[in-house]
Amino acid sequence: MHSNRYIIVYSTIMVVLVAVSLTFVAVQLKPRQEDNIRIEKMQNILASANIATTVTNAIETYNKFITQTLVVNNKGEEIKGSDAFGLDMALEIKKPVDQQQLPVFIATLEDGKKYSIFPLRGKGLWGPIWGYLSLTEDFNTIYGVTFDHKGETPGLGAEINTDIFEKPWGGKQLFDLDGIFTSITVTKGGARPGDIHAVDAISGGTITSKGLEKMVKDCMLSYEVYIKNKGRI
Amino acid sequence: MSANNKSNQEPLFSAKNTKLLKKPFNLENPITVQVLGICSALAVTVQMKPAIVMALSVTIVTGFSNLLISFLRDTIPARIRIIVQLVVVAALVIIVDQILKAYLYDVSKKLSVFVGLIITNCILMGRLEAFAMGNKPWPSFLDGIGNGIGYGAILVIVAFFRELLGSGKIYGYDVIPKVVFETGYVNNGLMILPPMALITIGVIIWLQRSRNRELVDKS
Repeated sequence: MHSNRYIIVYSTIMVVLVAVSLTFVAVQLKPRQEDNIRIEKMQNILASANIATTVTNAIETYNKFITQTLVVNNKGEEIKGSDAFGLDMALEIKKPVDQQQLPVFIATLEDGKKYSIFPLRGKGLWGPIWGYLSLTEDFNTIYGVTFDHKGETPGLGAEINTDIFEKPWGGKQLFDLDGIFTSITVTKGGARPGDIHAVDAISGGTITSKGLEKMVKDCMLSYEVYIKNKGRI
Repeated sequence: MSANNKSNQEPLFSAKNTKLLKKPFNLENPITVQVLGICSALAVTVQMKPAIVMALSVTIVTGFSNLLISFLRDTIPARIRIIVQLVVVAALVIIVDQILKAYLYDVSKKLSVFVGLIITNCILMGRLEAFAMGNKPWPSFLDGIGNGIGYGAILVIVAFFRELLGSGKIYGYDVIPKVVFETGYVNNGLMILPPMALITIGVIIWLQRSRNRELVDKS
């Protein structure tokens, strides 16, 4: 039987050794892990403008196509001195609406057209969902979207990040003919053919679909003034 | 479990030691016979790639935690031995998780919490208590590796069938030709959901026991 003193000394040494080795590993790997997160974000931003990338060419492609980034508030005014790429939407959406800093990424594609990319963030069934949405130069028609999620049900809610769900978003419109913000409805049972304000929901993924619909509506509503100002010029 | 090796001249892969590696594949399989580690077997077997990475991660952690605990076995105070085991396991799991996040980011996202949950995988504590605390480092290491692979093999088999029947793919590649879909074949969405993992494991247990009568309960 070991004495109490032995046990205390033993556990102290063990814990210190483990703490030191874990700290060492964490510090060593941190730059690489942060790069992975940055690269994934770049890939997502580009994917919403229908630009395919790989992990290796993501940074290069991002620098090539993303020609401008800016941060605006919900009144559509530009906030100077804020880094659009570094903003975390998970934190921004928790702030009161008038204090949110909202990033906008502008992609200039090879045909010379400019597409504006807006980040989205909301709640699915099990956890956060997020994505990016790009608008064409009319600031009304959706050019492309990309969605992702933390832990939606595989085969059901998790299908939001598949092409089958994302592709039909292209060509839909955020504003109706009178210029009123209508957003996009994610319709259970399928959108009516030709409906420019609706897409098909995912069978069995109703709560994720509804959460996604709310995310697009809430997030794009914050940009409404900015978009309207731009669209009218 | 009386593999107390007395002689130092014993070859590294003696009959006794190779048995430690092989046993977990069949008669002492952690999943199908000991029914340990079922939770992660259900969760990460939708596709083969995460299943393989999970299998490797568990194998590394079982191998090295067995090795470390076996080295320390005479110094560990009996009263806090479970805590010591947990600290060793937790440290190894965190290291594996950090490495995955740095080098296999996409897979680590798919495995999400399940890498962290290797800490609570019953196979680990089971092997530490049952084997590493009473055996020399090398046999303990082999026992850990064997059990990790025994667990991983079942994971990969289950993932193979779930990915093939649920998504029509193997390791992310489409294998079912378009012609088959045109004749009316559809992927079975149920295979993607956890209950089918349980049923697949059930079928594996059934097949194994019908071949090995000694595994069937006498009562």
